[in-house]
Amino acid sequence: MGTASIVLNLAWRNLWRNYRRTAIMLVAVVVGVWAMIFMSAMMRGMVDGMLVGSIRSLPGHVQIHNPNFRDDPTVNNLFPSPNENLIAVLEQEDVVAWSSRVRVPAVVMSERNFRGVTLIGIDPVAEVSVSFVADDMTEGRFLLGTEDTGLILGRRLAERLETEVGKRVVVLTQDPSNEIVDRGFRVIGVYEAQVASTEEIYAFVGRSTLQTLLGIGGQVSEIAVLGADYRDTEALYHRINAAVGNRLEVLPWYELNRYLSSMLGMMDGFVLIWIVVIFLALSFGLVNTLMMSVFERVREIGLMMALGMKPGVILGQIITESLMLLGMGLLIGDVFAWVTIQRLREGIDLSAVSEGLEMMGAGSVLTPSLQASDVVLATIVVLVLGFLASLFPAMRASRYHPVDAMTKV
Amino acid sequence: MYAVRCIDVRKIYKQGDEDVIGLNGVSIEVEEGGFVCLRSPSGGGKTTLLNVMGGLDRPDSGEIWIAGKRIDNLSKAPLARMRLHRIGFVFQAYNLIPVLTARENVEFVMQVQGVSVVDRKKRSLEILSEVGLEGLEDRRPAKMSGGQQQRVAVARAIASNPAIVLADEPTANLDSNTARHLMELFVELNQHRGTTFVIATHDQMVMSYARRLIRMLDGKLVEDIDQEAV
Ligand SMILES: Nc1ncnc2c1ncn2[C@@H]1O[C@H](COP(=O)(O)OP(=O)(O)OP(=O)(O)O)[C@@H](O)[C@H]1O
Ligand SMILES: [Mg+2]
Repeated sequence: MGTASIVLNLAWRNLWRNYRRTAIMLVAVVVGVWAMIFMSAMMRGMVDGMLVGSIRSLPGHVQIHNPNFRDDPTVNNLFPSPNENLIAVLEQEDVVAWSSRVRVPAVVMSERNFRGVTLIGIDPVAEVSVSFVADDMTEGRFLLGTEDTGLILGRRLAERLETEVGKRVVVLTQDPSNEIVDRGFRVIGVYEAQVASTEEIYAFVGRSTLQTLLGIGGQVSEIAVLGADYRDTEALYHRINAAVGNRLEVLPWYELNRYLSSMLGMMDGFVLIWIVVIFLALSFGLVNTLMMSVFERVREIGLMMALGMKPGVILGQIITESLMLLGMGLLIGDVFAWVTIQRLREGIDLSAVSEGLEMMGAGSVLTPSLQASDVVLATIVVLVLGFLASLFPAMRASRYHPVDAMTKV
Repeated sequence: MYAVRCIDVRKIYKQGDEDVIGLNGVSIEVEEGGFVCLRSPSGGGKTTLLNVMGGLDRPDSGEIWIAGKRIDNLSKAPLARMRLHRIGFVFQAYNLIPVLTARENVEFVMQVQGVSVVDRKKRSLEILSEVGLEGLEDRRPAKMSGGQQQRVAVARAIASNPAIVLADEPTANLDSNTARHLMELFVELNQHRGTTFVIATHDQMVMSYARRLIRMLDGKLVEDIDQEAV
């Protein structure tokens, strides 16, 4: 116990002996830790934004399809609207909302232009809770029911077609027997999406209206189910899977959109790399600081050894000194990062520079997301690598021969 | 029993290709409670002898016994333990740990030994007042005079009742008055506590305090005078 307390005492006092040098190193560690935590939170926030945005822009957390639909997403691969069994599952508590849709490729023609789109027949009342469209109407109104005969276009699509709310357009598509069917629709509303490309791809009509146009009765293309949290969809997925049996394919969002899910997975790697890279930069300063402080104290290190302190204890003293410095840096850096993140809780408006982000699927408001696991990771990396980096100067100190060390000038 | 006993101790330093003789067959015994001065011209081997006696350096050959235990064949860790428990050191300079106060410096050895907080505080205060440093317990070395610093070093050296105190030119950095006071302290501690002292010096004044004066030359003992008998 005597040794431990003297090691702590000496380490602490020696740390403040060269006040300036320690303070500078401390500031470096604080800034480094702040950058580790804050930037990790920003990266997490960006991915979060991307995921939430993407999930809201139609998929939901779990989708049900005809097994062939993913290979051939046309009117040929439909399935009957949900039976009572499935509805019972979908009405359970952990389902926030669900909606069934008809989804077909189509061409929209205005008097000036035409565009290929994905035409989606929805039940607007159910859809409101699952996806984004109703929230983001900028002009006109949203669909009122499955029988509504209006058409909702994205802002970009409307611009491309040079049409606007109140005008009529023609929609062309194929029915199950490969006959072209068409129908005139009045544009009743225009929406904006977080991701600009969405605005060009998706057009919405009432589900029954579309089913009638296609002559497919009550059949649908997909059911999208929204759970409570995208990070935790397993239970929901398994329950739905059990309920529909093997006639239909049930997929969680991370399999529907592999790009997003691999992005999420890669993020862990990015955060680790980022933290390690910052620490490596810091470690040069750390090793240098420790070396200097060892060189300055050669004689007293020699003295302590001459008096009978074991080399291992000298080693421990230098490492303790380093870990104290890093520990303080971690603490202060974490607090600063936390404060910064708290202040940005409302999100950072990136709309001025957000074209690039939108292309990646993120929205234009970035909210940093602090994850406890990232703080733990940073702490472990700093302390473990800090320990390793201190070993070199510490070993150097502990290997002096007492007589040589004491006579060094 | 002897406090320290050296038998035909040899030590050769390699200086490039050249061999420099440090000790050339030194045999010496210092009885418990002895008060010995080593004198020699510069380079005579005083420091080398004190270092091998104190287990700071290992001789090339010969035996060294401290309080009945052979130490020349010990490996690093047991040697460190031996120094910690058996030897008190007073060096010429840089004797103290700058970040510790006088009292903490005195307690240092006891603390590493594992003496309890209460005991070591009591002992260190006692000894500091014994060496005349009452009131300076909480000063750091930088705020003490050279003489005061050496007294702290002496206090530390005797605090854990070592078998022997080895002092290598303890007065070299002190003015003659302060040096005299330090020598008087050594004599007093030797007489009252029975602490054994071996002191290397160039200084005639220091030698005059010794009961036994040993002269070295080129790593050999050349004269051993019992001054009390004179
Ligand atoms: N580390 C060393 N490397 C090489 N030679 C050394 C070393 N230490 C001492 N010597 C040599 O050993 C001899 C004895 O030196 P030592 O230091 O014991 O003498 P000393 O009597 O203490 O001298 P001084 O009065 O100057 O302190 C000298 O010739 C010295 O040059
Ligand atoms: Mg010498």
